[in-house]
Amino acid sequence: MSNQTGVLTRSGVERTGQSVKETAVKRQRKRWPLSNWVRGLALPVLVILIWEAAGAYGLISATLLPRPSEILVAFKDLMVSGELFAHLKISLFRAVLGFLLGGGLGLLAGLAVGFSSKTEQTLDPTLQMMRTIPSLAVIPLFILWFGFGELSKILLISKAAFFPLYVNAFLGIRGVDSKLFDVAKVLQFSKWKQITTLILPAALPNILLGLRLSLGAAWLALVAAELMGSSEGIGYLIMDARQFSQTSIVFVGIIIFAVFGKASDSLVRYFEKRLLKWRDSFIG
Amino acid sequence: MALLQINEVEKSFETANGKVKALEKIQLDVKKGEFITVIGPSGCGKSTLLKIVAGLDTEHEGSVLLDNRKVTGPSIEKGFIFQEPRLFPWLTVEKNIAANLPVNIKETKESVKQLIELVRLKGFENAYPKELSGGMAQRVAIARALLRNPKVLLLDEPFGALDAFTRSHMQEVLLDIWQKNRTTMLFVTHDIDEAIYLATRVVIMNPRPGTIREVIPVDLSYPRKKTDVSFQEIRQRVLSEFEKVEEQQATGAIQ
Repeated sequence: MSNQTGVLTRSGVERTGQSVKETAVKRQRKRWPLSNWVRGLALPVLVILIWEAAGAYGLISATLLPRPSEILVAFKDLMVSGELFAHLKISLFRAVLGFLLGGGLGLLAGLAVGFSSKTEQTLDPTLQMMRTIPSLAVIPLFILWFGFGELSKILLISKAAFFPLYVNAFLGIRGVDSKLFDVAKVLQFSKWKQITTLILPAALPNILLGLRLSLGAAWLALVAAELMGSSEGIGYLIMDARQFSQTSIVFVGIIIFAVFGKASDSLVRYFEKRLLKWRDSFIG
Repeated sequence: MALLQINEVEKSFETANGKVKALEKIQLDVKKGEFITVIGPSGCGKSTLLKIVAGLDTEHEGSVLLDNRKVTGPSIEKGFIFQEPRLFPWLTVEKNIAANLPVNIKETKESVKQLIELVRLKGFENAYPKELSGGMAQRVAIARALLRNPKVLLLDEPFGALDAFTRSHMQEVLLDIWQKNRTTMLFVTHDIDEAIYLATRVVIMNPRPGTIREVIPVDLSYPRKKTDVSFQEIRQRVLSEFEKVEEQQATGAIQ
């Protein structure tokens, strides 16, 4: 017997050693070593170099595809004049407000419908029907109702941001493992504890996914809202530059959208990583 | 006076082919501090019986009394260990044990610490379930139940999914807990050696309908040795009961 226990302790030690090694590997992955950055940047850098060279040798028209250096100059000019910042400010204001309104309501509705099947029966069919209406189709209606002002734009963004969070919060709550509910019963969880220590943490991966999708949808709706008619904002900057064939400014606008879209997505992913570190998933 | 009284418990399930009786006239008294193992072939209703005692299944005939009070639903008085650990994956070991109890209160923190030592998980307080092996996770589940000072601990084939080495280690841990805390245990298993190794009494069940066939006392001192002659004698007795069950099943099938 004593021999057997010896074996057991040794295998126990081995197991601990292994888990230490595993966490070390994970930490290394988190740090993103230089080679990963190089790998990620190689393609865009190559494309930019070829593009610049082709432009410099006159292989492509400067009105259709200005060189990266020209775009950079346009960017600098817009920065110096303060124009870019003013447009960006109003665009961000619309996106954030629309997202908070639509996403917030979507989360609340998703939780309400998730927690109660009665609420589900009352709300879900109507909401699912509204979900299938394309945002572009309601633009004329929104303009008729709310005019060309801020309200119609913010509401359009809200509509787009509402559904991803609604659907995913709902899905997350209904996806909680019923076996864990048995545990909650046996441990005599109060209703409140059941929500805070079981349902919400279990639904969090879905809620965060909904958040990411909502942010993306809000961003897309912002572009649609600003292109449909406005006198300020990044979308307006693009439309205005197009009329005067200032292609490099169009590019600046597009790049701004891309950068902010990616930044907001990275922010949510950062929270995902921190809040969901308990997840045991494939890291590639 | 018995701590746990199971009186005339019967249970039937509705199936497509009519009513099927899962348990028939189960009568069992468990004294305080006893270690009872329930053993039987699959489908004999041993897990169903355990769920009834836990209060997780209340649709049955007869009654279950714990400390002379009728069991009407699940409660922390009856700690339950499932076949799988069923830990909350988003909580650390320490917080899984505390679960709905606030871990920042001094007494809770102190008892959690003691339990972590009792189930031999010192150093893993802040590990997440994904970082634990199967045996470690099941020990966390046991500590979680023990923190609530249950009058009886109900275990439903808790070591069934573990390898032989881990399993025998877990048996040691459980006996250690039982000897230190004197918690009454009701332990369902399909492993004959495990049943005899742990129990003060082994309950053998018959299948279809589930009935208690025989209760065999195990008067061996702890720690037991599976190779001892006296252990093997009891093992033979349990095995011969099992053979009779099989014969009965076979003739039943022919009829």
